[in-house]
Amino acid sequence: MRLRLRFTKLGKVRFISHRDVARVWERVLRRAGVPVAITEGFSPRPKVHFGLALSTGHESLGEYLDVDLHPDATAPALEPLAEQLSDLLPPGMEVEAIAEVDRRATSLQQAVTSCTWLYALPDAEPGWLSEQADRLLGADELPVTRTRKGKTVHDDLRPAVVSLEALERLDIRTTDRHPEFPSQGPFLRTELSTQPRGVRPQELLDVFDRPLRAQRTVRLHQWITLDGARHEPLLAATRAPHVTGPPTLAAAETAEDIAGVRAS
Amino acid sequence: MASVWPQLENLLDRVQKPARYIGLEQGMQRPEHGPDTVSWLLTYPDTYEIGLPNAGLQILYEILNERPDAVAERSYAPWVDLEELLREGDVPLFSVDTHRPAGTFDVLAFNLSAELTYTNLLNCVDLAGVPVHTAARTEEHPLVLAGGHCTYNPEPMADFLDAVVLGDGEEVVAEICEVLGEWRRSGRPAGSRPDVLRRLAQVPGVYVPSMYDVTYDGEHLVSVTPRHPDVPAQVEKRTVADLAEFPYPKQQLVPLTEVVHDRLNVEVFRGCTRGCRFCQAGMITRPVRERPTAQVEQMVRDGLARTGYDEVALTSLSSADFSGIESVVQSTVSGCGDQAPAGPVSVSLPSLRVDAFTVGVAAQIQRARRTGLTFAPEAGSWRLRQVINKLIREEDLYGAVSSAYSQGWRRMKLYFLVGLPTETDEDTLGIAELARNCVELGREHTANPSVTVSVGGFVPKPFTPFQWFGQNTVAELHRKVGLLREDLRRSRGVQLKWHDPKATLVEGIMSRGDRRLGPVIEQVWRRGGVFQEWSEHFDVDRWLTAMADHGLSPDWYAYRHRTEDEVLPWDHLSAGLHKDFLWQDWRDALDELGLEDCRWTPCYDCGACTGYGIEHVVASAVPPAGGSQGTGQDLATGGAVPVDLRRPMAAKAAS
Repeated sequence: MRLRLRFTKLGKVRFISHRDVARVWERVLRRAGVPVAITEGFSPRPKVHFGLALSTGHESLGEYLDVDLHPDATAPALEPLAEQLSDLLPPGMEVEAIAEVDRRATSLQQAVTSCTWLYALPDAEPGWLSEQADRLLGADELPVTRTRKGKTVHDDLRPAVVSLEALERLDIRTTDRHPEFPSQGPFLRTELSTQPRGVRPQELLDVFDRPLRAQRTVRLHQWITLDGARHEPLLAATRAPHVTGPPTLAAAETAEDIAGVRAS
Repeated sequence: MASVWPQLENLLDRVQKPARYIGLEQGMQRPEHGPDTVSWLLTYPDTYEIGLPNAGLQILYEILNERPDAVAERSYAPWVDLEELLREGDVPLFSVDTHRPAGTFDVLAFNLSAELTYTNLLNCVDLAGVPVHTAARTEEHPLVLAGGHCTYNPEPMADFLDAVVLGDGEEVVAEICEVLGEWRRSGRPAGSRPDVLRRLAQVPGVYVPSMYDVTYDGEHLVSVTPRHPDVPAQVEKRTVADLAEFPYPKQQLVPLTEVVHDRLNVEVFRGCTRGCRFCQAGMITRPVRERPTAQVEQMVRDGLARTGYDEVALTSLSSADFSGIESVVQSTVSGCGDQAPAGPVSVSLPSLRVDAFTVGVAAQIQRARRTGLTFAPEAGSWRLRQVINKLIREEDLYGAVSSAYSQGWRRMKLYFLVGLPTETDEDTLGIAELARNCVELGREHTANPSVTVSVGGFVPKPFTPFQWFGQNTVAELHRKVGLLREDLRRSRGVQLKWHDPKATLVEGIMSRGDRRLGPVIEQVWRRGGVFQEWSEHFDVDRWLTAMADHGLSPDWYAYRHRTEDEVLPWDHLSAGLHKDFLWQDWRDALDELGLEDCRWTPCYDCGACTGYGIEHVVASAVPPAGGSQGTGQDLATGGAVPVDLRRPMAAKAAS
């Protein structure tokens, strides 16, 4: 049995690395007594799978973790488990949804097709941000220079930018539910595709007319495209045709309700 | 200014490993500061990764926070990248718990366990916005305290430390809280700082350097004497008589990022009477005080369930000597009942005794993730091991190594010291011989056995029988390492690693230094010499220049043999050990006389028990099985080699 969890990484805890997050989860699962399957071999490891790495210092409302349970284990009740795990996680990390998914589902890393990002830019002027967003979206190409394997290569960011908009402030519900959430705008929100190759959030800021540095950078969503439609990864996996039984989503609410007020 | 977090968070995007600075560990406390609480900032003067696991700091963190009259938070030395940004942005040193500025605490309490961190202590005090000199501090500044093994000779740091604690801190912090609480309630009136220091000087175990006058005759120290009649002429260390009363840490901190010793740590006993003559820890922490086996088992069980760790270390100076070792190992690996954590648990014994019994225990416990085994024979020949009283016979080592290979280990690490008293080239080369023989034994079990030989330069320490010994020069240590390199060049399977002899020199100068070294430490710090424990930052020239600038000779401090009648800079401090016991042990060392472990044999009256009316707390009346150490076996095995160190010593004494 495989569980997929969606969790947050907000506030001070944003400064721990992807590796640190993995180690935190290993200990939390042990403390919660979750019967995680263990790899065979010389150096046994728990069978847990993470999605796309989040850079140290970036925050998230949509991090994912797949946990394989021991074949002999009885399935735990999901709703109380989410709550129990949240209590054991450090402040700023919270389990927001949990569901049983098919073990054969494509790995998170391969399945995710795009991510929505939010940048908090308290020093920027909302009108200018809005102009810039329009300009970038209207551009035919957004050339960037990257270093890959020691070589300098030229790339075009434009195909990866699915959407981009400036927001003056956020919907109050988001900041209510997450006291650690950055509250000082203006903001930029963008959807960046992760395939064939990911774009680092800073790379987009680098193609603005004036160099921008976000005070906070938050991953709002990860998306899986199935049959041309975008799905939240938990729902995507539970709605897959080969899943038997009803989806056991404990917190069906997705992060989709992160709304904002557009800057003009 | 309640928290520096708003300023700090903008800097953390620009530094390496920002997780060092955020706190949030499991077990972290957010204590309520109040008008009647004495606030302590427990600071480790090295990086978070090194400092976080420090047991002393974690024990005091809990004990202080349990008191109604105290609060404690923690701080660690910021790495050079953050330091630069802090100074640039005028942000002070802070606690990681609530990110409160360091200068707002009543006490900055440092753990001082290595000489090369001295400059970091100054840097932390300075980053806190506090004058580095004791004499320049006023009532508005925190008190700067230190504890830890280096405080048995705090003289080089005397200019910078308001007070120093000798020995176990569990009980004395309460007495310090009382003095400081009273000071707080009095409103810390102008001019009251000397009074509070004088009151602290009367707390047993607390040494206040500024309450003592030092006189020299030429280069020699004549006396260190109290300036007031109510200040003790000799400061005695503190010793907790019964470890069972202190089952700390109860809530071991579990960091979110990787640190050294990242596992559950349970202290099984304190003190060691093996009597290794080079080992300061073994001398100053006497007597042996075991924790009751049932309490250890409880702490292991609770700790694993609480933290989610899958590894527990049973810590002490020689954990295989713990009376309840087999029982604890059994109960840990066979699962912890209903609270069993998922997956296998491994146990580690950080200081393995060198014998087959120990390896048997290790085999039982390291079922998961069997990495390497480390043994510390310390010297390459039986003769030299008698000199240092590390009574491991070759049979013991080979028995241990064979047993380890036969039980599946492939990699061994052997620790040695070079530059020990009376060491000859034959002794040094004995290291290579032992290593080669270990690889040979391994070949019976595996195609590619590997032995790593790790060699450190010996630094004589205060309150050990070797405190009179002049340490080997940098050149001599280099030569000995060179001998080993040359000899091991064609030895397949043996890797040689060594500690920088130049760092050994600086450690040696500081370890037995006096107050005249204060300006040297300050100059090295002012010229940017921080993180001297880190090879990428260590620079011996900074130290040698500073010594020269202050007219001080490294040779005189580090290389010179001391005589029996010499006044040592730490003579006014006491670890309980009688000076004549140490001197006799030094003479015995030169006579190559081993001394059995006093846990299981009659008392030698070293002073550590008798002086304080305490005794060993050891459950087993007989020594553990296996090995020759302390078992009353014939110690005269092995050939005798003439020693000629007594003659130059005597000549020096006469001159």
